[in-house]
Amino acid sequence: MSHATLASACAATLRRDLTLAWRRRGDITMPVLYALIVVTLFPFALGPEDALLQRIAGGVVLLTMLLAMLLALDAMFRSDIEDGSLEQLMLSPQPLAMMLAMKILAHWITTALPLIVVAPLLAGMLHLPAPVMPVLVYALLLATPLLSLLGAVLVALTAGSRRSGMLLALMLLPLCVPVVIFAAGAVAAAQQGLPWLAPIAWLGAALVMALVLAPLACAAALRIALDA
Amino acid sequence: MTNLSATTPILLEARGLAFYRQDEPVFGPLDFSVREGEVALVEGDNGSGKTTLLRILAGLLHLDEGELSWRGRPWRRIEHLGDTLFLGHHLGLKGDLSARENLAVAAGTYGMRDGRDVASALSSIGLAGYEDEPVRRLSAGQKKRAALARLLLLPATLWLLDEPYANLDRTGIELVNRLLAEHSAEGGAALVTSHGAVSFLGGEPTRVRMHA
Repeated sequence: MSHATLASACAATLRRDLTLAWRRRGDITMPVLYALIVVTLFPFALGPEDALLQRIAGGVVLLTMLLAMLLALDAMFRSDIEDGSLEQLMLSPQPLAMMLAMKILAHWITTALPLIVVAPLLAGMLHLPAPVMPVLVYALLLATPLLSLLGAVLVALTAGSRRSGMLLALMLLPLCVPVVIFAAGAVAAAQQGLPWLAPIAWLGAALVMALVLAPLACAAALRIALDA
Repeated sequence: MTNLSATTPILLEARGLAFYRQDEPVFGPLDFSVREGEVALVEGDNGSGKTTLLRILAGLLHLDEGELSWRGRPWRRIEHLGDTLFLGHHLGLKGDLSARENLAVAAGTYGMRDGRDVASALSSIGLAGYEDEPVRRLSAGQKKRAALARLLLLPATLWLLDEPYANLDRTGIELVNRLLAEHSAEGGAALVTSHGAVSFLGGEPTRVRMHA
């Protein structure tokens, strides 16, 4: 008998979630379409004034990305709980936190990564100056996984309850605020020609902390959710 | 299965096992033991706590009262992950993946028995020709078979099977019995719940009687 190694288990879990997402490609495009629609509508609502759009571009794109991510967050563990896959994962001889980290990674790859790819396009539509573009992408590269991790903990915490969607939104709001402040702060600073490294570094620090703690919290929360 | 001598080591022993849901007793106190190579049938009416018992033994539910020991030592969930294989009402199959892909994920996380492979497990479980069909398109009985293929493939000493006969046709039921007989011949043990009449291949199984 040969037990599975951690690496093969991680690979199997990641591959499974990516395959599932690929089989439902339509669901992946939803957040991207949502972001595209929201950003396209802004100039119509505010008027096509270059200076104004330029000033709000960073903030609008960031917020749209974060909200688009929220759309898909709710479903992170739901189907796995419903069909018993999570039970099987929990009983496997692998650290649950690590397996959940793989699930969160798969979720980030399938929802946030497409958004980050279209972000420069959306920002360009709002006349965000080209030199600021890399800063926006850095901010998104750090803010979106942070949000995925924080969101995963909350999804796990609310997994047992009905109407978890509403609870999730309420709980996520205060956690989003610092993420938005630092991410938008970096973009705004870059736009004004100020140093933007500090807020990015704060995001990075928070991401590192979340990377370590969030999967553990997720595992504990899901164990409690299933123990009912 | 039946003529196990008293010298066969006890694998799992429960003493005074009890479970409460919001202070209402679900079952217990319950005493039983399962020896190596033994198949125990968990009997009881609907709502008598058969599934709850299996979920406790799997480590999904927290034990309220009583003691569990594994090979004579106190049972701790974390040490026995991978020793037990749980098949519940929810089969743990992904509808969008094929039976082959589902099994590959299970083997990737649990490991695989020596000399077994996904393709042969699927054909001996009776799913030859359906390996690459998305599981959601299979019938209830075929889904059950796809889940049962895990028993052939994954290494585990104790099987916890919740209603393994449900949805299966006669050949499927014989198949489960054959799997159980092979498992017990290899020294493995199993707890099986069922409310139907079940005849194991080896004769009379040990019975664990649940009473609410």
